[in-house]
Amino acid sequence: MEEVLLETKSIIKDFPGVRALDKVSFQVKKNQIHALCGENGAGKSTLIKVLSGVYPAGSYEGQIFLKGEEKNFENIHQAEENGIAVIHQELTLFEEMNVAENIFMGNEISHNGYIDWNEMYNQTNKWIKKMKLEGVNPTTKVGQLGVGKQQLIEIAKALSKNSRLLILDEPTASLTDSEVDLLMEILRDLREEGVTCIYISHKLNEVFEIADYISVLRDGEYIGGDFKENLDERKVVKMMVGRSIEQMFPDRNNTAGKEILKVDNLNLRDYQGDQILENISFELAEGEILGIFGLIGAGRTEIANTLFGYLTGSKKGDIYLDNEKVDIQSPKEALHKGIALISEDRKKFGIIPPMSVKENISISFLEKFKNFLVIDENEEILTTSELVDKLNVKTASLNTKIVNLSGGNQQKAILAKNLVETPRVLIMDEPTRGIDVGAKQEIYELMNNFAQNKMGIIMISSELPEILGMSDRIVVMHEGKITKEFDNRNRDVSQEEIMVYATGGEMNG
Amino acid sequence: MANTKKIKLDFRTYMMIIALVSIWIIFSFTTGGDFLTARNISNLFRQSVFTSMLAIGMVMVIIMGHIDLSVGSLVGLAGGVVAILDVWQGMNPVFSIGLTLLLGLILGLWNGWWTAYRKVPSFIVTLGGLLIFRGILVGITGGTTIGPMSDLFYYFGKGYFSDVTGLVFALVVGLAVIFIQLKSRKDKLKYGFDVLPLKFEILKIAVSVILLVVFILVFNAYRGIPIPLMVLTIFLAIFSFITNKTTFGRYIYAIGGNSDAAKLSGIDIKKITLTVFMLNGLMAAIGGIFLTSRLSAASVAAGDGAELDAIASCVIGGASLAGGIGKVGGAVVGAIVMASLDNGMSLMNVENFWQSIIKGLILILAVWVDIYTKNKKAAA
Repeated sequence: MEEVLLETKSIIKDFPGVRALDKVSFQVKKNQIHALCGENGAGKSTLIKVLSGVYPAGSYEGQIFLKGEEKNFENIHQAEENGIAVIHQELTLFEEMNVAENIFMGNEISHNGYIDWNEMYNQTNKWIKKMKLEGVNPTTKVGQLGVGKQQLIEIAKALSKNSRLLILDEPTASLTDSEVDLLMEILRDLREEGVTCIYISHKLNEVFEIADYISVLRDGEYIGGDFKENLDERKVVKMMVGRSIEQMFPDRNNTAGKEILKVDNLNLRDYQGDQILENISFELAEGEILGIFGLIGAGRTEIANTLFGYLTGSKKGDIYLDNEKVDIQSPKEALHKGIALISEDRKKFGIIPPMSVKENISISFLEKFKNFLVIDENEEILTTSELVDKLNVKTASLNTKIVNLSGGNQQKAILAKNLVETPRVLIMDEPTRGIDVGAKQEIYELMNNFAQNKMGIIMISSELPEILGMSDRIVVMHEGKITKEFDNRNRDVSQEEIMVYATGGEMNG
Repeated sequence: MANTKKIKLDFRTYMMIIALVSIWIIFSFTTGGDFLTARNISNLFRQSVFTSMLAIGMVMVIIMGHIDLSVGSLVGLAGGVVAILDVWQGMNPVFSIGLTLLLGLILGLWNGWWTAYRKVPSFIVTLGGLLIFRGILVGITGGTTIGPMSDLFYYFGKGYFSDVTGLVFALVVGLAVIFIQLKSRKDKLKYGFDVLPLKFEILKIAVSVILLVVFILVFNAYRGIPIPLMVLTIFLAIFSFITNKTTFGRYIYAIGGNSDAAKLSGIDIKKITLTVFMLNGLMAAIGGIFLTSRLSAASVAAGDGAELDAIASCVIGGASLAGGIGKVGGAVVGAIVMASLDNGMSLMNVENFWQSIIKGLILILAVWVDIYTKNKKAAA
C-alpha cells in the first residue's frame, strides 16, 4: 500500500535573479491526499509547473520519477498522457461552451471526424452524477455556473483523460463554505477510487481536514513533511514562516498625526444592483499604516478602487480628505488630490510593457515635466533616475523596457511612479504579491520610511504576516462589511482573531 | 559604456533606412542604373507622398492599439467634396480646402466617438465608415467624375519649387538641425548627463547636413523639390514632434501599451482616442485633396483600398498592431519602401500581378524578420 507514485530528486529551477526551487526532493505515495503548504513565493506554483511539463525538461535541474520510472516531460501534453493533471487557480474552461464540450475539449468522442454527441452527453451525465452537480445538464453553458461547479467540471475533465495524479492549486480560493465541503467530499471519494492528489493551499484548517500527509516549502526549499497525525497547525506555520516576524518587518514607533482621510458610511452597488460595499467607515491619519484584511470577495479592492475614482457603479456615502468632502470621479482627479494607488494586478493595471522604466515612472505626472508643449526629457531623466536610486530599482538603464525587470523591481518601479509627486495617501493593494523575500523586505522598509514622512498608507493584503507585521491598525472585512477593527500598535493581534472576523464568525468568548 | 549604447540604439532606429537603401541598390543594378536617376528618384518620392500622408495618421491609430479601415473611403469622399466645392460651386480654393479639412476632422470625430465613448471596436466602427463614406460619395457625386480643378490645386498636386527655394530650404533646415543638436547637447551637459564626444556630435550633424544637401541637389537636378513632398515633410516633422516630444504623444503610446494601466495613471483615454481619430481623419482629408489635385479630378473610386497600403506601410515601418509600438518616421519609410518596390518593378517591366504578389510577400517577410529578431533577443 505504501507504493510511491511520484518522486522528485533535487529539483533546481532558476529565474533571472531568483532561485525559485532549490534542490527540492520529495515523495508522493499512491492513494494519498498530499498537501503542499507554503507562503506566496515559496515555490509551490513553480514546482507544479515543473511536474506538469509547463517548464519542459532541461529548463530545470534534477529528476522526476513516476512509479519509479524517470520522466522528462517536454510539454503539458506528455504529462497528461502520463496521468498528471493540474487544476489551476484560474480555471481554463470555455464559458461560452456547454458542460459536455468542456469536459471532452481536445478529447472528443468521434467516429471518422464526426462527433458522437449522444455518447458524449451520456458520459457527461455520468460525470455530473459522480461530481454531484445537481441541476446541471450536459448542455448547460459553463459560464452560467458558479465557480464551485466550474471547478468540479474542471476536475471531471482531468479525470476523463484517465488522470491518476490530480494537482489542485489553491482550489478553494474563491469557493463558498458549502462548495468547499462538496469538493472535500468528492476528493475523498476519488481517493477511494485510487486517485492520488496533491493539494496546494495555505488555508491550514482545510489542509488538516483533507490531507493525509503534509509537506512544506519555504523560499524554494523543501523544509519537511509528515503524516497529519504527527503535526498541528502551529508546527506547520513555523515550518512555513521559518523566520520570526521581527526579522522580516522593520521596527516602527510612529505616532500617528492628524487625520487625513475619512470614509463615512460608504455604500457601493454594482451595475446589477448587487451590494458590494456596505456601511464602510474608517479613518486614516498621517504617518499611519492601516491594514485592510479580508478573503477574496470581501470588497477590499473595491474600497481601494472607489477611493481612487476607478470603480463605477452607484456610490453612496462621504469621503473626506483633510476634513474636506471630496467626490473623486477619476484616477486623474485622485492623483491630483494626492491619492495614489498601487494595484493588486501588476501586469494588468501596473506596468505598460512596451515602455521603458523611465517612461513608466513618469507617466502619471508627465504634466510636471511639460515645458510649454514639450516634455523636458532632461528633467524627466533627472527625476526618474533619482527615484530609481532611492528605491533601489535594479535595472540596466532607464531605457530598459520594464518587462525585462524582475517582479520585485517592477513593483519598485511602480512604487516610484507614484512618488513623482509625493502623495498624501498611498493605497497599496497586495504590495508584495509574487515578489521574492528580499524585495518584500525592501518594500516594507520603504513603507516605513514613507510613514515617517507623514504619508498615510492603506495596505490591503491577504497575507496575514504582513498585515500583522506592518499595520498600526487593522480593519477586517467580510462580504462587503467591516466586521472588526483592531489596534495593532503593539503588534499583539493574533492570526486567529483576524481569521475569525474575516470568515464572518464572532468570537464567542 | 553609455556612448556605445547610444550608437547601438541609433543603429536600430536606422535599420529601416538601411533596408530601403539596399532595395535601391538592388534595383539600380537590375534596371541598369535607370532607378537611380534624378528624375526617377523625384518621381519615386512623389509617388510615395499619398500613402505616406495616410500612414502618418494611421500609425498613431495603430500605436494606440486601434485600426482605421475607413481611410480609403474618407480619402474618396474628401476628394469628391473638394472637387464639388471647386468645380461645381466655384468656391475660392482656400475655403474649399478649409471646409474639406473640417470634414475630415468631423468624420474622424465620428469614428473616434463610436470607438471611445460607445466602446464599439474600432475595426467595426471604421468598417462601417468604409461603407458609409463611400456611399455618401457616390450619392453626392451621382457617380460622375468631377473636374478639372482650378490652378492652385495643380501646384499642390504636381508643382515644383524653384532651385533657389530648395537651397534656401536646405539652409534653413540645416541651421535648425545644427542649432537643435547643439542646444540639446548643452542642456544635457548642464544636467551632467553623458553626451557623445564633441567630434562624434559634429560628425553626426555634418552627415545629416550633407545628406540634406545631396537630397536637395538631386531634386534640383530634375525639376526642384515637388510641392507635395514639401507638404508631406512638414506634416512628418509636426507629427514626429507630437508623438516623440509631447505629453499627448506619450499618452498615445501608453494607451496602446496597456490601456488599463494608462487609465489608472490618470490619462483621459477617451479624449486622447477621440483626438487621434480626428487627426487621422484630417490626414485622410489632406490625402484626398492631394489625390484630387494630382489627377485634377475626383472619381468615385478614388482612394479605394488606400487604407490597406497605409496599414502595410505602418507595419513595414515597425508598428505593432497590438499597440504601443511604432514611429511616424518609420511609417513614412515604410511607405517609401512600398513606393520603391512599385517603382523599381515597373521600371523592370514586371507585370502588375507579380508586383502585387511580391509586395504581399515582402510585407509578411518584414514582420517575420521583426518577430524573429525579437525572439532571438529574448532568448539570448
